[in-house]
Amino acid sequence: MKNAVGRDIPDFLLVDGKEVYQGKNYMDGKYLQKAAPKTRRYEKPQESKIVSSLVDALKQCGAKSGMTFSFHHHLRDGDFVVNMVMKAAIEELGLEDLTIAASSLGSAHDPIADYIEQGKVVGIQTSGIRGRMGEVVSKGKLKTRAIIRSHGGRPRAIEAGEVHIDIAFIAAPTSDCVGNCRGIGGKSNCGSMGYAMTDAKYADHVVVVTDCLVDFPNMPASVEAIDVDAVVVVDSIGNPKKIASAAARISQNPRDLMMAEDVARVIASTPYFKDGFSFQTGVGGPSLAANLFLEKYMDERNIKMGWAIGGICGPMVEMLKKGKVGKVIDVQDFDLDAVNSINQTPNHFEMSASQYANPANKGAFVNKLDFVVLAALEIDTGFNVNVLTGSDGILRGAPGGHPDTAAGSKCCIIVTPLIRGRMATVCEHVVTVTTPGDCVDVLVTDYGIAVNPLRPDLIECLDNAGIKHVPIEELKEKAYSMVGRPDDLQWEDEVVAVLEARDGTILDVIRKIKPYTLED
Amino acid sequence: MEILKPAMAGTLESSDAQVMVEPGEDGIELSLESSVMNQYGRQIKATVLETLERLGVENARVAVVDKGALDCTIKARVECAVFRSCGQSAENIPWGGAVK
Repeated sequence: MKNAVGRDIPDFLLVDGKEVYQGKNYMDGKYLQKAAPKTRRYEKPQESKIVSSLVDALKQCGAKSGMTFSFHHHLRDGDFVVNMVMKAAIEELGLEDLTIAASSLGSAHDPIADYIEQGKVVGIQTSGIRGRMGEVVSKGKLKTRAIIRSHGGRPRAIEAGEVHIDIAFIAAPTSDCVGNCRGIGGKSNCGSMGYAMTDAKYADHVVVVTDCLVDFPNMPASVEAIDVDAVVVVDSIGNPKKIASAAARISQNPRDLMMAEDVARVIASTPYFKDGFSFQTGVGGPSLAANLFLEKYMDERNIKMGWAIGGICGPMVEMLKKGKVGKVIDVQDFDLDAVNSINQTPNHFEMSASQYANPANKGAFVNKLDFVVLAALEIDTGFNVNVLTGSDGILRGAPGGHPDTAAGSKCCIIVTPLIRGRMATVCEHVVTVTTPGDCVDVLVTDYGIAVNPLRPDLIECLDNAGIKHVPIEELKEKAYSMVGRPDDLQWEDEVVAVLEARDGTILDVIRKIKPYTLED
Repeated sequence: MEILKPAMAGTLESSDAQVMVEPGEDGIELSLESSVMNQYGRQIKATVLETLERLGVENARVAVVDKGALDCTIKARVECAVFRSCGQSAENIPWGGAVK
């Protein structure tokens, strides 16, 4: 059955109330029965919950084959915890048929690809999937279809019981002996622990894995001891150098700066750009550089940013410290400046993934966003964006908060170069629709700006400000004139991954890619 | 043109292509690797073969490792590898002559 973005969703997926994507806000007003976990009572006072090994913690939580383990990705590509836990479960306890439900996975988790090939890990639910894991899933090696969700879609699915977590593993930079966790104060700091919060509340069992035990009580706690069964102290939870980069630098690339300046011009042309406006930006070159140019317009008009959300990095913390932004609310940190600021700098707060982006709660932060500036791997003439699959059809990205912020914000701006190497970023049809076109408003490229025809009000704003823009088809043709028109990818019928829209409907599917031959 | 000795042109940098040519006996024997194979493999093959034809190369073993180069780059790298293979790269390069 074709969905609202024109993708053909096979009927065998449309069971147990699963529907195809119907357009944004389709679920508005519907009711949701939340699923509750089954948790153990620890009535008798415990001096400490520390157990001597991951194996002991797994045993205490009744780990067995067929279970779902959850993880959060604040340690990013420096994470050791996913591999460590899966190794203990599979190689030491001999468990099989396990499902990993993670907020995201990266190339740090390449060893999991082996467990997939051996049939020990049979399910993957995540936002990001990259490296070897992306390759083996794309080749159809995973026994069940992978499920890809956005950062807001994940807490929605957990709360709705669509994914039931048997054991949540919390990678904690610091914990006390009963499991109050924080993302700071240790040796592998990550700052915000926002993606772990829903896991801790909805998992049957919760295990904290830390490499820095601190005095009780570790406050203010991101994950609280009231939800924690066991604490395991290990030598190291991650590589600090890969957890947070030294400082996210603003790009010096003239092409990035030119696009960033155009983004700021577009923002300044809209009625939402007024004192107290709200803003989120990605950390990619041109998105981050937009901060710089935006500041100029803010100074010129003597206005301040009310608040900013998102994955946070140094330049935004800098603006907070200078008093140019009122509050920063933070679900994840990308560099040390942000890690060292959260809950330390006044008005720099932590939030959960649900509070950030969940479409099924009573109002996430993204719903109050004025502007979001995002990147894209591909964007098609229907303004649909792909940030998940490469041009070869292999899984190598993550929807992350892209679809959530695009849907919630009043003005969603995609900024991307028109071509990358030989790849046309603006194209006829994206490989996979990760953010539907009805949520995307403006496209800024190095060869011109296009506005979604669904937004005549924004077209008028740009016209009034004298900002030149063209139909998106023109940008596509320009791109193809430089790189040539690509052949269509060839797919098998087998669906290897299902991409859920943030509301839980099916937005797209990823099929197994056919081997390519040079013969026609 | 006749391929007299093995020669190479280009790099493995992103957006470039590395082309190696060697003497061959039975027509053009092409091996192709590309970072954009699934979308542009056939076009790259056609570009390489056309360029060789224009240069009058009839027998050669040709290996192309493409890193997402545009057509103009691929043509230039093939052309250069062929000139180098027959000692024509030092002087009197027929730029824009044999290659259109």
